[in-house]
Formats: sequence, C-alpha cells, structure tokens
Amino acid sequence: MVHHDEYHIHKAKILTPSFYVLLFFTVLGFLLIGVRFVKGIGAVSNMSDGYPWGIWIAYDVATSTALACGGYAMAIIIYIMNRMKYHPLIRSALVTSMFGYMLAGMSVMVDIGRYWNSYSFFIPSRWQTNSVMFEVAVCIMAYNVVLMIEVLPAILERFIHSETTRFPKLKHYALIIYPRLDKVLIFIVVLGITLPTMHQSSLGSMLIIAKSKLNPIWHTEFLPLLFVINALYIGYSVVIFESFMSSISFNRPFESEIQRLSKVIPYVTAVWLFVRFADLWYRDQLGAAFAGDYNSWMFITEILLISGGTFILMWRQYRTSPRMVFISAMLLLIGGGWYRFNVYLLGFKPHGNWSYFPSLPEFFITIGLVAFEILGYMVLVKLFPIMPKLHKHEAQTAQAH
Amino acid sequence: MSDNTLFSTGLNRRDFLRLSAGLTAMMGLPYAMHTKVAEAATADNRPPVIWLHFQECTGCSESLIRSGHPDPAALILDLISLDYHETLMIGSGYQAEKSLEDSMKANWGSYILIVEGAVPLAEDGIYCKVAGKTAVESLKHASEGAAAVICIGTCSSFGGVQAADPNPTQAVSAASLIKDKPVINVPGCPPSPYNLLATVLYYLTFKKLPKLDALNRPEFAYGRRIHEHCERRPHFDAGRFAEQFGDKGHSEGYCLYKLGCKGPVTFANCSVQRFNDVGVWPVSMGHPCIGCTEPDVMFHTSIYDRCQIHEVTPPDFYPNANPAKRGKGADPLTTGVMGMVAGAAIGASAMLAKKLPKEGEDEDHEA
Repeated sequence: MVHHDEYHIHKAKILTPSFYVLLFFTVLGFLLIGVRFVKGIGAVSNMSDGYPWGIWIAYDVATSTALACGGYAMAIIIYIMNRMKYHPLIRSALVTSMFGYMLAGMSVMVDIGRYWNSYSFFIPSRWQTNSVMFEVAVCIMAYNVVLMIEVLPAILERFIHSETTRFPKLKHYALIIYPRLDKVLIFIVVLGITLPTMHQSSLGSMLIIAKSKLNPIWHTEFLPLLFVINALYIGYSVVIFESFMSSISFNRPFESEIQRLSKVIPYVTAVWLFVRFADLWYRDQLGAAFAGDYNSWMFITEILLISGGTFILMWRQYRTSPRMVFISAMLLLIGGGWYRFNVYLLGFKPHGNWSYFPSLPEFFITIGLVAFEILGYMVLVKLFPIMPKLHKHEAQTAQAH
Repeated sequence: MSDNTLFSTGLNRRDFLRLSAGLTAMMGLPYAMHTKVAEAATADNRPPVIWLHFQECTGCSESLIRSGHPDPAALILDLISLDYHETLMIGSGYQAEKSLEDSMKANWGSYILIVEGAVPLAEDGIYCKVAGKTAVESLKHASEGAAAVICIGTCSSFGGVQAADPNPTQAVSAASLIKDKPVINVPGCPPSPYNLLATVLYYLTFKKLPKLDALNRPEFAYGRRIHEHCERRPHFDAGRFAEQFGDKGHSEGYCLYKLGCKGPVTFANCSVQRFNDVGVWPVSMGHPCIGCTEPDVMFHTSIYDRCQIHEVTPPDFYPNANPAKRGKGADPLTTGVMGMVAGAAIGASAMLAKKLPKEGEDEDHEA
C-alpha cells in the first residue's frame, strides 16, 4: 500500500530568505488575530449585519478548501480510477490539503462571533443535524483528522529510517505503529474521498437557502453539484501549480506525471460548463447572465477564465509545454476561485443597502494564514519524505544544474 | 342573493343579516350595532325615497342597481321604498307624476330626497326639464318636505362634468341650491352604491346624519385618502413608478402616481370598499385614480397631470424601503494594498511561467 521508496526528503536549508518573508506575514496575521480576540470582530473587519461573512469565509473557507482539494482529486484518480503512476504526487498534495483545511478551520474560529460556545460542537446532544453548516463543520473537522492520519506515514518513515540515535523511543513506537497503520490506511483513504465529496457539495448547499439574497445567475439547486466538480478541477490545477512551484523553487526537474494529469482536466471542466449553462438555460437566466451589468461581467469573467484554461489543455501541443500547462492551471485556479467568490460574496446582495469591502487588518489575517500554510509546507517537505523521489535520469540532470 | 340575477325571490334572513352586519362595519359602528341596523331596515315603514334626475348620465343609478348585496329588486322593494325614480319606476307620464305627489303628501317631512345630477341655471334653467318643470323648480318643490337630501354622484354634489369649463348651461351642484335642509354629499363618478346604502341606513338607525367632513361627505366613507390604503402604496414608498402605460413598471404593478394618479389628494374609500362585488377598482386595473370625489380635481385638472404631494415621505413608523447605505465599503489604502498583492501574485506567476520551458517532453514518453 505505502510505497515508501517513492518519496524522499528534500534536502535543503530551511531558513531561506523566503522563509523569513513568510514568517513576517504569518506573525503579522496572528498578531491581528490576537487583536480580534481581545477587541472583537468589528475592530479588525468590515463585516456587518448585512454581510455576516466576508473574505474569511469567502476565501479562507469556501475557496481555500477547494484549493486544498488536491489530495481529494488525486485520491480519486489514484485509488478510484486506479492510476497508480500518479501515486508519487499524493503526499505533497495531501500536505497542501492538510494545511488548507487547517486554515479553513482556523478561519472559522476567527470568524464566528461566539467562539466560546464552539466546544458544543464536541457534544453530540447539542448538534443541530438539520443544518448545512453543521455538515460542513463536521466534514471539515473529520477531514482534518483524516488528512493528518494520511500524512502520518511520512512522519513515521522519517523516524524509522533515521540513522541518528537521538530519539530511540520514537523509532521504537514508529516501528510498532507503521505496519498497523499501513493495514487500515485504505479505509482512511476511502474516508478521505467521501468527506470532501460531502462537504464540498454542502458548501454549495449553504447558499441554496439564501435564495432571495444570491443573484439568480448563481443561485440554483445545482449549486452542490457545481461546487463538487469545481473542487475537482481546482484540485487538479493546484497539484499542477504546486508541482511546478516546487520544481522551480526547490530546483528539481519537472514531474512528468503532471503533463499526463493535465489531460484529465478538460473533461471535468467540460462537465462543469455544461451543467452551468444548461442550468442557466433551464432557469431562463441566460439573458441576465449576458446583460452586461456588474453581475453579468463577473459571470463572464468567471466563464472566460475557466473556458480559457480548458481550451489550452485541449490541445496536445500545449499539454507538452510546461509553460502552457502552468498558465492554464493558473487560469483555472483563478477562474474556479472566482466562481466561489461570485457565489459567496460578489453575487450575494443582502436586503437593505449594505456594502462590504474587506478592511486592511481583515485582509492581512487572510494573508497571514496563507503565509502560514506555505511556510508549513516548505518546512515539512524539508523534514519528512513527502516529495516524489527523482527518477534516475532526472536525478542526474538535476545534479548537472 | 348568492347569484346576481335581476329577478330575485327577495332577501332571505341570512343574507339580510349579513348585509346589515357588513354595512354596520362599513359605517365604523361596533359589531353589536348590527341588530339595530337590521331593525331599522326591517321596520314596517321602509324609508320612502324620492329620486330625482337632472343633468347626468344615470351612472349613479346604474352603479346602484349593479350592487349584488343586495340585488336591485331586494333593494328597491324590500329595503327602501323607492317611490319615485324616473328610470326605474314602472309608471310613466301623469301616473308617474301622481305617485311623486302622493308620496310627498303621505310622507311629508320624513322622506329622503336623493338627487342625481347638476342643475342648469342659464336661461331660467330651460336646459333640463321633466314634466314641464325645470330642474330648479323640481328640486325646490321636492326638497320642501324632505327630511334630508342626499346628493349622489359628483354632478349633484359638486357640479361634475356639466359645471366644467365652459359650462354653457351654467350648471351648478344641487347641493349648492338647498339651504334649508341637511345635505349629504356622496360624490363619485359613480360612487360606490354601498356608500349610499350605508348613509341611508345610518340615518334610519340613528335618526341623525352621519358625521360629515367640510364638503358634507360622510366621514366613514370619505375620511381618508385613496393613497393611504392603496395596494400599490409600497411601490410608491420604494420609489418604483410606472413611467408610461404599458411599460415594464406598469406591467409589474408599480405605483401609478407618475401617470397622473390623484390618489394622494382624493378622499374616498375605493381602495378599501372597491366595486362590482368582485374587489376591483380602477387602480387595480392599471388606471390611475382620476379624483372623482373631489370638487377641484376631476373635470378641473387633466387626468394625466401629476398632483402635488405634500407628504412625500412615508411616516417614520413605516419600515424604510430605501435605507441609508450601511456597512463599510472600500477605502483607498486597503484597495491599494490588495491591488499590490494581487499584482505581485500575478507578476510572480507570469515570471514563473516565463521561466518554464516552452517545449517539454512528449506526454506519451513514459506512459
């Protein structure tokens, strides 16, 4: 099950200049979170009774969980479609997912007004099981645990294969846990596929209940389906993006699996675009979608970004070019995120003459959490075997650099 | 009474009580009063009513006989004793005139005179004659023994279309000619028949006139503006107006003020009582109110002129339809910083894309 020889520790200095830059933003973000808990939400954010959620939910929860769907999307392609050749990519995808979901969980804690009541979440008698938000919360919480267990083998391997004798006890326990974990890991993997399917659709269901507030261009009963498919292609794009990023910044050769993975994306986006337009047509909203007003332009931008990324990946000559694959992945990431922003913020118009734009501290809390996510990833891949092991000939070229 | 047939078998007990209760409510009386109203209506001496027509279109009579509760036969035969009505009575010629004289003599001092239409004064009033008498003479003669005079319709109340410029017959309202009797105006073009019926029954029940406003209109029916109870009022408060007939706002049922609706200056109960027993009235059909119950509006201003509104904003205790802007919007610093961050991210991605090789290995290389 676990192919420990597929991964290796990226041996490099941890304390790089980019490390310090990210650390600065992380510390700034956490300081502002401290202000939020001392002085209240109003002190750091522009949220109001009309807009009870702002970028903390629209980006940190709704969009970043989609960006964290790399692990989910890869698990589907590897375990459900049985394409084991992509297996070397899974661990880095899982680590991004783990940090992404941690970010979402933390954001919710920052965002909810009466955070001191949140312990009720662990008391089943206080559950409100009819709530869509409850499902999102349970799934995100559970998926966080699942992701940690899925990443655990990497950490255990580190201790098992350590040559130093600094932690003899740890090595001993790791040797006991590792084979047992290996046996049950497949069930955890199945959970790891089920849970995102549930809560990604629930993230869409959440806006179904806001029928009178969400613009009809986005409000549809198909929101859950659109959100799941959207999470899938964002997930694949993130894996591509992250692979190229680490190739460049860690000076590694490109992972050849990536280009083959890019072949999958146009099928997924085509289904999404079909559902999107069929739904608009069925609800007689195509006219509104292309009316040329503010909402219409937001919709057109979303569609142009997604279909642009799809279009590039439809051509074989573009798929072989790392540059074009990267550009199309970026287009899909921005387009997919744009769609979620449209649903959660831009197309959302509460009753009354409300307006919302994030405040500077609010924005820097988000930046801080994202910086923390990248920082964690950068440190983790340098401590534990997470990156795919280089193929022999690639390793030679890498040394030649 | 459940059907609106002309020939009815009369008013059955249940329908009669329902009518009494309805009219009691309309007059703004406590519910318990409806037995009194019913008693007054059933007393053997049904009120003798003499109805005179002058310069008019008979629309008010048409309106009355189109009331379904009660239907015309029950109204004329059971509820009141309509002794003289030029268009409804069976007799004609000398026979008709005789019944007028007989009724006046028999009920001297107690009959109700209802006048429909304006009275011409030019050239000694020769422009309106019935039975050889001019309108002025008939009115003077009939009002002498009347207990009260009810002027039904805008013509008899305020002059109406006859009195509009240039007024060649010098028509004046019937109300303005009666000085020695109590006068109740029930204006409208036509008025709701129930306003007349309620006025008559009020008088019979209490032997006194209902409370009247400055223009002698019963306050229970003409105490409030059309605008106050209009079903399109929320659109007015929200600033949604039909700009012209047949436009989007008009088809969506927006406020008709800009099409000339006189609802804000017209005192009447049309928006509440409505017409034809099926709950319709002009505004519900998409036409602005023409202000027919007001002496200075209808026939004196254009139907499509906008009226002057003195209380433009709704009262403070109404929920605000156009709330002030709330919530904090964008400030320059935040927008600038976010723009810089987004720009840096896009720039970095572009640089990265540039760094990536244009040509890569074939995708089937290792497959």
